[in-house]
Amino acid sequence: MAPGALAFCSRILRRQLVLALRRPVDIGNPLLFFAMVVALFPLGLGPAPAALAGFAPGILWIIALLANLLTADNLFRGDFEDGSLEQLLLSPQPLYLSVLAYTLAQWLVTGLLLALVSPLFAVMLGLSASAIPVLMFSLLLGSAVLSLVGGIGAALTVGLKRGGMLIALLILPFYMPVLIFGSAAVQAVAGGMDASAHLAILGAMLCFAIALAPLAIGAALRISIDA
Amino acid sequence: MYFDSFHAALVMDGHGAFVWAAYAITAMVLIILLLTPVLRSRRLRRELAGEIRRREMTQTGREGPHASST
Amino acid sequence: MWSFFHKLGSPPWLYRIAGSILSWLLPLTLVALAAGAVWGLLYTAPDFRQGNSYRIIYIHVPAAVVALAGYYVMAIAGGISLIWKMKMADVAMKSCAPVGAALTFIALVTGSIWGKPTWGTWWVWDARITSMLILLFLYLGVIALYEAYDNKDAAGKACAVLSLVGTVNIPIIYKSVDWWYSLHQPASIKFTGESSIDPSMLYPLLLMIGSFYALFTCALLMNMRLEILRREARTGWVRKLVGA
Repeated sequence: MAPGALAFCSRILRRQLVLALRRPVDIGNPLLFFAMVVALFPLGLGPAPAALAGFAPGILWIIALLANLLTADNLFRGDFEDGSLEQLLLSPQPLYLSVLAYTLAQWLVTGLLLALVSPLFAVMLGLSASAIPVLMFSLLLGSAVLSLVGGIGAALTVGLKRGGMLIALLILPFYMPVLIFGSAAVQAVAGGMDASAHLAILGAMLCFAIALAPLAIGAALRISIDA
Repeated sequence: MYFDSFHAALVMDGHGAFVWAAYAITAMVLIILLLTPVLRSRRLRRELAGEIRRREMTQTGREGPHASST
Repeated sequence: MWSFFHKLGSPPWLYRIAGSILSWLLPLTLVALAAGAVWGLLYTAPDFRQGNSYRIIYIHVPAAVVALAGYYVMAIAGGISLIWKMKMADVAMKSCAPVGAALTFIALVTGSIWGKPTWGTWWVWDARITSMLILLFLYLGVIALYEAYDNKDAAGKACAVLSLVGTVNIPIIYKSVDWWYSLHQPASIKFTGESSIDPSMLYPLLLMIGSFYALFTCALLMNMRLEILRREARTGWVRKLVGA
């Protein structure tokens, strides 16, 4: 007897999380990348605290975006290579929900963790304490959009041997609106203004991405499998 | 014509270099854009014609001695 | 109606009809382009604020308008090829990308040259220029994805999905870049739109916009003919065509 759609999705979710937890280094890598690139900015821009604090919202958001980009390629690759992705496409379960489960699992081990550790790096860059909750919240919302959009790129390039660079070229333009509103939210709070409008727009982008991105990911996966 | 002389049209009160450069670059890109498919399809047609001719020659070459032996 | 669609799906018919359209549209386009350029360059009065440098508008704006429209043409063709599995729509989509990228490039370069006498720098992170730059990235992404696939059938489908995703995203990108620019815009650099454009300047601009649309069509048809030949190289009608 086939499991219901939701039970099936929670199985995918659990499977992906277990797979990720078996390789803790892979979970740690994006965080390590985040830390290293944060260290690059004082080296490149100079250690003046005022200048760093001014750039901090943009810096933190760009690094989060790049860290997300680096993990996007792995979303479907393992399952594509061992054939379980093909099984997923053949199964009677709605692909929309399964794909959503995949991206949710990926977001839990990258975007969520990045958002949780971001206060540490925000303090290192001298971002004012009042802006830190908004930074975390904007990263939570924004990185979910990034994971969904990144999933489209991952699905389009999963069949290609040299997908790594290509995926960045394909999806970075689509990351730009998220970057604009995410860093603007943090900047607004750091400048003493209200950020609820920015966060609301990020939330709207997330709803939009949840509604449409899985459709594109599903279509792209079918193409990649057929090729 | 708005300008008094050819020279005035070239200089355009100091903006001439920018304006003419913009038009020249545009013209260049458009020429490349239109010439590329022409040249490529010409080359493709030549290659295909050569391929067909070669195939016909090998076919007649194979058929030739076979026909004479019977 | 249906027979028309069937004909559209037939490569030899499309190849022939594209050729006969090109035989009159291409000369007409070139004449219109030349006439519009001469009109804009020599027969219009300079703008009272920007002087003669505004004459770049006659190539910058048409290129930008058609480059953006071209992305939608590409996405619609991609959608048709995905939904109805029409091979010729796939050919059209593939042929749009280089043309659109070239026009976007023209819009960027002329905008940058225009910026030098107007704002004093070659590059301003202005909302429109930034959006055009992103549009160029989108076009180049489609081309890169197409080239990355060895299986050209899958390449076409993948590019169709990508261009449809791009279509949904372009308004979002444009709105956010617009908003981002208004947030950071210094008050001194304010570039008002063409709302108060004089008719004597407007007519050559309209002519140039029309010519650029025609040019896009010509370049698209030429690229499509090339692509049809390439894909149909093994068929009888191409052999006959090449052999004759």
